[in-house]
Amino acid sequence: MGKPSDLVQGTLDLLILKTISLEPKHGWAIAKRIQQISNEVLQVQQGSLYPALHRLEQQGWIKAKWSETETGRAAKFYSLTAAGRTQLEREMESWSRLSGAINLVVESA
Amino acid sequence: MRWFEQIRISMRMLFRRSTETARLNEELQFHLEQQVKENMVQGMLPGEARAAAVRSFGNPGVLRDQARATWSWNWFETFLRDIRYGARTLMRSPGFTLVSILVLVLGIGATTSLFTIVRAVLLKPLPFQHPDQLVMVYEHFRGSSSNSGDGFNVVSSGDFVDWRRQTHGFQDMAAWRWYGFDLTGEHAELPEVVEAAGGSSSLFSLLGVQPAFGRTFSAAEDQPEASHVVMISWSLFQRRFSGDASILGKQIHLDATPYTIIGVLPSWFTYPEAKVQLWVPYAQTFSPEAYAKHDSHQSHVVARLKSGVSAAAGTKEVSALQYQMHLAHASAAVAEDAVYRPMIDDVVRDVKTPLIVLLCAVGCMLLIACLNVSNLLVARAASRRKEVAVRGALGGSRLTLIREQMTESLLICIVGGLLGLLLSMLATRWLAGHWRDLPRADAIQLDGFVLAFSIGLIFLTTLLAGLLPAISSTGKGVLAALQESSRSIGGSASRAVLRKTMLTAEIALTVILLVSAGLLFKSFIHLRTTELGCVTENVLTVKYGLPEKQYDTRTKVVAFHETLLDRVRRIPGVHAAALVSTPPGGGYESDNVFTITEHPSPSFNIQNDAMTRTADPSYFAVMQIPLIRGRFFTEHERFTNDHFIIINKKFADQFLFGDNPIGRHVNTAWGTKTESFEIIGVVGNTLYDVAEPVKAMMYFPILSGIPDQTGSATIVVRSAVDPLLLSVPIQQQVASLDPALPVYDVLTMQQILGQTTASQSFSATLVLAFAGLSLLLAGVGLYGVLSYLVTQRIAEIGIRIALGAQKAEVLRLVFFDGLRPVFLGLLIGLAGGATAGALIRSILYGTSPFDPVVLAGMVGCLLLTAILACAVPAIRASRIEPMQALRIE
Repeated sequence: MGKPSDLVQGTLDLLILKTISLEPKHGWAIAKRIQQISNEVLQVQQGSLYPALHRLEQQGWIKAKWSETETGRAAKFYSLTAAGRTQLEREMESWSRLSGAINLVVESA
Repeated sequence: MRWFEQIRISMRMLFRRSTETARLNEELQFHLEQQVKENMVQGMLPGEARAAAVRSFGNPGVLRDQARATWSWNWFETFLRDIRYGARTLMRSPGFTLVSILVLVLGIGATTSLFTIVRAVLLKPLPFQHPDQLVMVYEHFRGSSSNSGDGFNVVSSGDFVDWRRQTHGFQDMAAWRWYGFDLTGEHAELPEVVEAAGGSSSLFSLLGVQPAFGRTFSAAEDQPEASHVVMISWSLFQRRFSGDASILGKQIHLDATPYTIIGVLPSWFTYPEAKVQLWVPYAQTFSPEAYAKHDSHQSHVVARLKSGVSAAAGTKEVSALQYQMHLAHASAAVAEDAVYRPMIDDVVRDVKTPLIVLLCAVGCMLLIACLNVSNLLVARAASRRKEVAVRGALGGSRLTLIREQMTESLLICIVGGLLGLLLSMLATRWLAGHWRDLPRADAIQLDGFVLAFSIGLIFLTTLLAGLLPAISSTGKGVLAALQESSRSIGGSASRAVLRKTMLTAEIALTVILLVSAGLLFKSFIHLRTTELGCVTENVLTVKYGLPEKQYDTRTKVVAFHETLLDRVRRIPGVHAAALVSTPPGGGYESDNVFTITEHPSPSFNIQNDAMTRTADPSYFAVMQIPLIRGRFFTEHERFTNDHFIIINKKFADQFLFGDNPIGRHVNTAWGTKTESFEIIGVVGNTLYDVAEPVKAMMYFPILSGIPDQTGSATIVVRSAVDPLLLSVPIQQQVASLDPALPVYDVLTMQQILGQTTASQSFSATLVLAFAGLSLLLAGVGLYGVLSYLVTQRIAEIGIRIALGAQKAEVLRLVFFDGLRPVFLGLLIGLAGGATAGALIRSILYGTSPFDPVVLAGMVGCLLLTAILACAVPAIRASRIEPMQALRIE
């Protein structure tokens, strides 16, 4: 029943962590933000986003808080925990290693 | 700190699950609203914007499930929900649930019980040191296996002594033999007859048995005329000496001879059987002449393998030596070869086949039970197909649906299995207690291994009963299932095929069980109605054995026998009394080889062998054994005028070839040396064991009085009243003659018959019960399938009737539709039954595995059940009102 993710496998966690690293955001905003920054290339489906958010929360990397949006409606805002910040650094490091390696291969050939 | 956070979340997820669920819904709702808002910003109308948002959002139910799947405790929640759903659906049809559970309780309970017994008796190693190194070595007479017995002949003491001394293929060898004593104390304690055994000095060290107190026999004590010592069993130690260890070194009287107690065996030592109360040195059970004999067979030889030397190689060396001995004693009954079998096989050989047959029978029954539950589940699944299809269409994953159905069968199986386990605890105790002569029965207990087995069994039955229906009912494409169930004419062909296949298997298994049970039961009936060859109503038998030390002359022995007989005959209620060494049905006693002077055979022939009995002049008349020729013994065949024998009809037919036997002479060793005996009479055949064929028999005169040949006797008494009432008066007469002489085996002829047939009756009754239950299950299964098929085809049948089909045609249609798998199953089952019959041939008496009566009876039984099961749905189908049927959907 799972919808195909448009993202490279395993990178959604990194994108989410990175997106909320500056300020807490709710699910909709996270999806929109990723879409905007990537110039509409990366489309995060709800079917991937919410399971990923809940999984990260269960693992203790992000925490959720209910607060009001600018329009006054209650929404669930996600923010990084201390452990999540460490995890983000780890994932960014491994991502830059991976993408650098892929670039090397792709450009040299 | 991350672990702390994780635990906190995990606790919140466990205890505030409903709040979390509400929050998840809220979160998703918010997302949807944002999407609607964005759509409206882009210029859509509110309704349009909402529809587009919902479309792009996807199935909210699935989305929610996916998010929840990441929560901790999700597995637990799913599990609980499955259990709840399963329990709820099961409660909705309590009849089905109850029947299924009951079926499984019986199936799992019986299988666990039988497995417990099989494990303790057949699978557990013997309680000795390195039991896999132990083998039993026997003599083997060439050409004897075709005649009688299994080719494993007990060993003579002379052979054993030479084997042990002259061969080196085994680490060591030991011998033991059955023996019996009258046990009395030094003072006036009550006398009793004890089962005893003679064991060679090497026996206990070879088995690795340490005495609980004292020591075992030394080699010096294991000589025919060495000082008398005895080891007592733990049970005798507790029972007669109240566990007082100071008994060591004291004396007890065995057959009026003092024996010094040197050791007490541990309580777990029950070899060869628990009834053995004491052990004496092997050689001391023989006179010096008898100990050296090579042609008198009575001993069992245990050998321990040498490392690196196989049992076959060790036995080969023994066998070569045995052949030398055979050549050296060409005219005597000395075997040519030696053979071996593992000790464990030797211990369990009588019960191995019946046990395996019973285990297979319960296994079959369990399989039938599984198929039945499976079949019933398929039927229920079929009626719930629309529900399943709708749930599939709404996004329920196939795995979830399968899991839910499996939970149902798991619930049935777990409840059934746990109750079955309880049942088996009771049943095992009962079985072990009621199975006569079950070796190693004391080792039977429910342990972790058995528990693991039954848990495995429960899960296996769950899989068997649940997986097939679960897969088959969820496999269809959603659309096809929805279409099909909305207007089902003709039903689902594939599912009907599945059910019919299961039904065929069920019928085939039932037929196999029925045939086996029928064969066992017929052979049991055959045993019960076998004519022993003598009167069996109102006859009491009482045994006693005169100790040779005290009754050491012919006069003393005959005087005792005659006085006792005279006194017993005067007891009120006694019609007649007589003496014989062993009554009909009472067992083997002994046999002798012989030659006939008037029919000399060219060389020694092992086939010239007959059983021996001693009898008094009135025995044949009292037991109503008919005289065929000649005469009975008289008062004159007594003391040394004893060279006369009476033979049975089988003897005359087998060895005298129609010649008149009277006046012919038989040369045999009754006593120590071979002498000539004149045949004076021929009497009717009697059986020594109801389960065995007639054997040639020679009767010697008991009034001869030779102490070691006529000292043990059975007094047989016929009465007008219940013969057991006479047992005390007879014992009083024995005690008045010799207060130290105990009597034993006080049994009526009916009890003797019952004892021999007890184990046959036991296994036959059990297998018959299993078969009957399976027949019932198959009937229920057949009825269930047919009823279901008819329900499926109501519309079709309605149309047929509307179009003019006659009732009879409809009846025939449904009827034969149901009987087809029955016939197929019957054919397969008959083939299987014949195979099973051939496999259990060794425990059938007077019954061929292809017995036509049994086969016809059992097939008839099954067909009758099948016809009944098919008739009800068929009649129901023929009464369908076409208008009503078409309106049903």
